[in-house]
Amino acid sequence: MSVAALPSALETGVSRSRVEILQFVRDRTAVIFTFAFPAMLLLLFGSIFGKSFDQAGVSASQVYAASMIAYGILSTAFVTMGVGLALDRDDGTLKRLHGTPMPVAAYLLGKLILVLVLSVAEVAVLVLVGVLIFGMTLPDAGHWLTFAWLFVLSVVACTLLGIAVSGLVKRARAAGAILNVPVVFLQFISGVFIHPITMLPSWLVTVASFFPVKWMAQGFRYVFLPDGMRTLEAAGQWELGRTAMVLGAWCVIGLVLCLVTFRWTERDR
Amino acid sequence: MTAIDVTGLRKTYRGHEAVRGIDLAVARGEVFALLGPNGAGKTTTVEILEGHRRRDGGEVRVLGDDPATGGRAWRARIGIVLQDTEDAADLTVREMVRHVAGLYPDPRPADEVIELVGLTEKSASRIRTLSGGQRRRVDVALGIVGRPELLFLDEPTTGFDPQARRQFWDLIRALAAEGVTILLTTHYLDEAEALADRLAVLVDGRIAAEGTPATLGGRAAAGAKVSWRENGSTRTEWPADPTDLIRKLVATDADLTSLTVTRPTLEDTYLTLIGAEK
Repeated sequence: MSVAALPSALETGVSRSRVEILQFVRDRTAVIFTFAFPAMLLLLFGSIFGKSFDQAGVSASQVYAASMIAYGILSTAFVTMGVGLALDRDDGTLKRLHGTPMPVAAYLLGKLILVLVLSVAEVAVLVLVGVLIFGMTLPDAGHWLTFAWLFVLSVVACTLLGIAVSGLVKRARAAGAILNVPVVFLQFISGVFIHPITMLPSWLVTVASFFPVKWMAQGFRYVFLPDGMRTLEAAGQWELGRTAMVLGAWCVIGLVLCLVTFRWTERDR
Repeated sequence: MTAIDVTGLRKTYRGHEAVRGIDLAVARGEVFALLGPNGAGKTTTVEILEGHRRRDGGEVRVLGDDPATGGRAWRARIGIVLQDTEDAADLTVREMVRHVAGLYPDPRPADEVIELVGLTEKSASRIRTLSGGQRRRVDVALGIVGRPELLFLDEPTTGFDPQARRQFWDLIRALAAEGVTILLTTHYLDEAEALADRLAVLVDGRIAAEGTPATLGGRAAAGAKVSWRENGSTRTEWPADPTDLIRKLVATDADLTSLTVTRPTLEDTYLTLIGAEK
């Protein structure tokens, strides 16, 4: 009998990520609706409302460009993960892998790398549209540093919540539609589609403050907009510390929910 | 040395007893077929042995371990050919076989496995574009790429054309000749008869009969069916030994041009066992 060692979780996770990325880019639905849609919406909103709002030398289209990064990450992390897992459970991918020596960690690492690659590309596209079409200026090094931790916390929180939510989806074909309900809902109340957020009833802002999207959008506005724009935020401040705390808390909540709800296959009938 | 050892296996789904006390022993190197109508509990049983499903009762040992707690090293020693998969549709055959090969400590080379299942010409095609039979052959390739000691085949030839089935049988025989233990479920009795050293018929969650293809359900002792024409009508008898009857017939003026002597086929035995109308 052979005594060759099992490949490590890291090795198989990286191999898995290659397969995940190949499958994603070959799936036209995913590329258009998950990847390209935020940029399409940015172009649309930016063009429609571009001149309707002008303050401190900032146009509405630039505000959208910054806020839409939150949407981009929601889409590439939360939706990709939630839909991807539901589909993998439905089409037999998880069952197949569960019958091989692949550890769960390697499977999830593969998904995480996919999400990271997609999110970096997504943000790059949105920033490019913002800069090239709507004249948004790129931030300085200090702001990029904030961007870095904000990006990581946002991606991790959204990814973990996507994994957790996938367990609630019964039919994979409905996953995209179901997951987009919280995505669209939260964007309306979190200052992504409607800004200044203070236009919303204050109780709605309070509701939004419990969820990550508001803090993500606010953080990205801090990174990409002039400092004076802080007066339009709910608290009149950028609240970076609170942003880090809320997103960090959602990472923990997401992790716990994942550990509780993750399953390889559909529950036993 | 047993590859699979099951005693008193039980599984209930919401009050419905799918498996009600199964005992099974499969020796190393044996090809064992599990037959039975839909809903008899075949897939449930196999999925419990594979570690995909939890059992409600009984003892199970597969390659010496309990599948419910089998770890990575245990899973590296088994191979599973799934039923009804649709995964990896956007990957090519070679990409998927290579990927799965990379999960095992000592895999067969991907191209060799693709050749074994006869998909060399399709190795650069997306799995989505394959026919049903070709898709199943990918499943088989993925099941054997890790050089399993024990291979589970759940209705592997569904959707194959006759020629593909023959090729598949040759492949299974070659694996068995290498010493791989094979547990097969199938609807096709000729398949069980062609491949299995031993088989069991599952009816309503229980084993109705177990034996070799030649002896299952008392088949060897079931006697012969003798038919001939006499006075313009067909007569049939079931003697334990047809010799005397035929000797007697030769002495009469019965029309023996239409004489047939048949033994019950595996299908006859099977249909009797599951209580179906002939």
